[in-house]
Amino acid sequence: MEYEPVIGLEIHAQLLTDSKIFCGCSTKFGAAPNSNTCPVCLGMPGVLPVMNKSVVEFTMKMALATNCRINPVNRFARKNYFYPDLPKGYQISQYAYPLAEAGYVDVEVNGDKKRIGITRIHMEEDAGKLVHDERSPSSYVDLNRACVPLIEIVSEPDMRTAEEAAAYLRRLHEILVYLEICDGNMEEGSFRCDANVSLRPIGQAEFGTRAELKNMNSFRNVQRALEYEISRQQYVLESGGAVLQETRLWDDSEGVTHSMRGKEEAHDYRYFPDPDLVPIVISEEWIGEIAKTIPELPLEKRERFVREYDIPPYDAGVLTATRALADYYEETVKCSGMPKGASNWVMGDVLGHLKEDKLDITSSPVKPKDLGAMITLIEDDTISGTIAKEVFGEMWKTGNPPGKIIEEKGLTQISDSGALESTIDDVLKANPDQVGQYKSGKEKLFGYLVGQTMKATQGKANPKLVNEILKKKLSAL
Amino acid sequence: MKITKHEVEYVAHLARLQFDEEEKEKFTSQLNDILVYMDILNKVDTSGIEPTTHAIDLTNAFRDDIVKESVGTEVTLTNAPDKFGDCFRVPKVIE
Amino acid sequence: MEMNQLTIHELQKKIREGETTSLEITEALFKRIEAVEGKVNSYITLTKESALKEAEIADKEIEKGNIGELTGIPIAIKDLMCTKGVRTTCGSRILETFIPPYDSTVVKKLRGDGAVFPGKTNMDEFAMGSSTETSYFGITRNPWDLERIPGGSSGGSAAAVAADECIASLGSDTGGSIRQPAALCGIVGMKPTYGRVSRFGLIAFASSLDQIGPFTKDVEDCAIMMNAISGYDPNDSTSVPAEVPDYREFLSRGIDGWTVGIPKEYFIEGIDPEVSAAVEGVIKEVEKLGGQCREISIPHTEYCVTVYYIIAPSEASSNLARYDGVRYGFRSGEGRDLLDMYKMSRSDGFGAEVKRRIMIGTYALSSGYYDAYYKKASQVRALMKGEFERAFEACDVILTPVTPTPAFKVGEKLDDPLQMYLSDIFTLSANLAGIPGISVPCGFTESGLPIGVQFLAGPFDEGKLLQIAYAYEKNSKIEKRRPVL
Repeated sequence: MEYEPVIGLEIHAQLLTDSKIFCGCSTKFGAAPNSNTCPVCLGMPGVLPVMNKSVVEFTMKMALATNCRINPVNRFARKNYFYPDLPKGYQISQYAYPLAEAGYVDVEVNGDKKRIGITRIHMEEDAGKLVHDERSPSSYVDLNRACVPLIEIVSEPDMRTAEEAAAYLRRLHEILVYLEICDGNMEEGSFRCDANVSLRPIGQAEFGTRAELKNMNSFRNVQRALEYEISRQQYVLESGGAVLQETRLWDDSEGVTHSMRGKEEAHDYRYFPDPDLVPIVISEEWIGEIAKTIPELPLEKRERFVREYDIPPYDAGVLTATRALADYYEETVKCSGMPKGASNWVMGDVLGHLKEDKLDITSSPVKPKDLGAMITLIEDDTISGTIAKEVFGEMWKTGNPPGKIIEEKGLTQISDSGALESTIDDVLKANPDQVGQYKSGKEKLFGYLVGQTMKATQGKANPKLVNEILKKKLSAL
Repeated sequence: MKITKHEVEYVAHLARLQFDEEEKEKFTSQLNDILVYMDILNKVDTSGIEPTTHAIDLTNAFRDDIVKESVGTEVTLTNAPDKFGDCFRVPKVIE
Repeated sequence: MEMNQLTIHELQKKIREGETTSLEITEALFKRIEAVEGKVNSYITLTKESALKEAEIADKEIEKGNIGELTGIPIAIKDLMCTKGVRTTCGSRILETFIPPYDSTVVKKLRGDGAVFPGKTNMDEFAMGSSTETSYFGITRNPWDLERIPGGSSGGSAAAVAADECIASLGSDTGGSIRQPAALCGIVGMKPTYGRVSRFGLIAFASSLDQIGPFTKDVEDCAIMMNAISGYDPNDSTSVPAEVPDYREFLSRGIDGWTVGIPKEYFIEGIDPEVSAAVEGVIKEVEKLGGQCREISIPHTEYCVTVYYIIAPSEASSNLARYDGVRYGFRSGEGRDLLDMYKMSRSDGFGAEVKRRIMIGTYALSSGYYDAYYKKASQVRALMKGEFERAFEACDVILTPVTPTPAFKVGEKLDDPLQMYLSDIFTLSANLAGIPGISVPCGFTESGLPIGVQFLAGPFDEGKLLQIAYAYEKNSKIEKRRPVL
């Protein structure tokens, strides 16, 4: 029998607010354990939560960016369960009244567009962190992360391949980062993903029994885990077995998923409305104000780049990977008037150097204004492409504008035909054999002679001019 | 019976409580009496009634996203029954 | 008269006139406490040393002329309001050693007003009870009859005022926990409108019902205390950002032309004849004062015990989940693994009544029962709230008994939870509807036990309650008595 996978994703994204969702403690990652804490996030007796307004607004942004309906009345509920990293014994979350519902995003897989539905987006607080000690029968609790704001984005079970799931995940990631509401760091846990996977015979409407996958902390792992789980379920079904409804953990080193069976218990979260928090009422005006702050999103930007700058979709994809990179590129285009040249330089040298120096585009020592100027200098033949490489290297090291570097190093292109003619005469004189062979039909040697001329001028000769003069002189011989 | 001893055990586990046999019997019978009494609510027609969670209607109580100083690790751990370094210590959590 | 026997306003006058000092008052108070505490057990924790220091500081302020209404006045705090650096137990073993790193908003306010804090008063464990018998720190006895309970859950705060072990005190009222002990101890107690007083720092029992309020020796003191503790608090999302009037201004306005509602559902069979006679007496007195008493109906009253005993335990089961032995409080040392640690800490740390309510609440919220219990109760609550709203369209205030009987004997109802729950029948509805209520002494039984009358008003109409309570207090011929200890 042919089976079809059905995949839904649950994504938790940490919001980039300065303070926690219900108290004023800092959300900064990497502080000493239990130092970003106060009676409220420690769940001390007597404390009360007060909602951070930015959390609502950030969530509204995500809702608008993913075409969701924003509910006019929102409530918080308590999700009750015991765990040492959960200070109050309940997590404040949203249950029956989430902030947003019924949205979608479009993704592209192998050139095909597909629409993935979003069931809901809701706000909640994160739990703390448990550290386990291999050598002692203890675990340690750090509550810095407790009460840090999260949004949970639940997709419809609309994905059919691991690739689609990965594409959807990337799309949400890039939107969150574009909106500047999440730093998207999967390793630090600010962007986390769980997956529900089931298989059903092709043509069947009902879903099969699903497994929930956890512990996948990179895009690659999500795809690998899904691929593994799909083939595992297929094997189970084909060998006449039944898939169990269970939680499975991805094991990165072994490349398999393991059942949590036995360690998991039936959940009965006893959700009820949190009496400590009042409903959030969201007006059309408020939604309008937030809508105004939403920037151009990656997909729209990509399409515009292809249209406006006439660059290949692949290049547009690379250049719009982050909002800062796209801004950098557009600024470079503006300063040079050369979209193609700008994309070559940004995708090549700029990204290369950034990677090498482990830098972020916002901290690039070469500013778009200077890169644009350099591209202009190539275009008007002030410098050659080869020299430009050298100039760029200097710009990267010093942060100086290209004009200054060219002047200091005397790198201006030789476009004076008089000076070039005598150099070329010297080159021809010094290479009588090659000239002879060229004349007898070995035209490939023309390149060699150009190279010798460039060498003699330390690369400063205008290559176009060299070509012209050399051709003229050779045919005159 | 509104509630069985088995259910009492399940609810106790959810609430992370434990009882000996005698207490379980007693709780089962007391809870049963209380739940039977509570049946009178069934006399009330509540169809279409929006439940009241808050006695006084308020909405949109917010704070601005401003960082306040935290209390610090020492204060955080002052009341801890067991701690190690900068952390609370608990019996091992098996994942 | 000893200084500790006077009211806030009497002491303030003496302080202003230089007839006494805060130190003198506080010392007299501790003399009294040392004499009677062995019999009454109003306090869990006494803070004599810091109280005397606070009194000295207050006296210095007074010398400088900085005299507020509470400067130098000893006020006892129910042991579920967090006090920075002073242990706050909630009457429970599970918090026996808990020292809060912060002050609750009300304590902060009183501290700012220069009040003196003699100690933390006894209470039913986690405020779950009507008799102050479920405290881990022993029972509190009624100063009028040591064989009897003082009411609860704020029994310590009520007994301390009645026994002159403090000048006034704070309690909390989730289903009558201020009004009922005030009535049984012969003093004034007010439960303000939900949201009038900040709950920040009040250890939660049932968050949608809890409200802090004062116990005082007379109605004027109640107004003074309400002035001190009321008001919006940005740390409590459910506190109401509305202006607070000067409650003293209401006191002498009289009630001429008022309509006073007498809900027939509150005058039921089983009510003690002496209680009902005393309340009848109040009705007559109110009419003499120019009020028109009119029978009204709050039909859903018969459901309030059920609604309350679903909603309050449900919220409590969640509020009390934080007591898990991880961050603070009692942890059982014998726990082998995490689950054991949880279960043993909680089972050994909580008393029987608390466990019973956690069980009821957990059950009512659990899968499959939510709609039948929690949701249904919340819907009936909505109906009750609506009935009160309509009642206050026609009435200025409502008049009812506070309790069906005077103080019962220690141990009488401890093993019959349902009977204990039914003793709250007249006070629960104010919490469910969020409205304010006041309990005012209205006489004694033949055997010398105090009886109280309750007035209820619409949301934020505390002023009206003080107005009628004051008028009644001034004009009724209730004999002034003191318990003999």
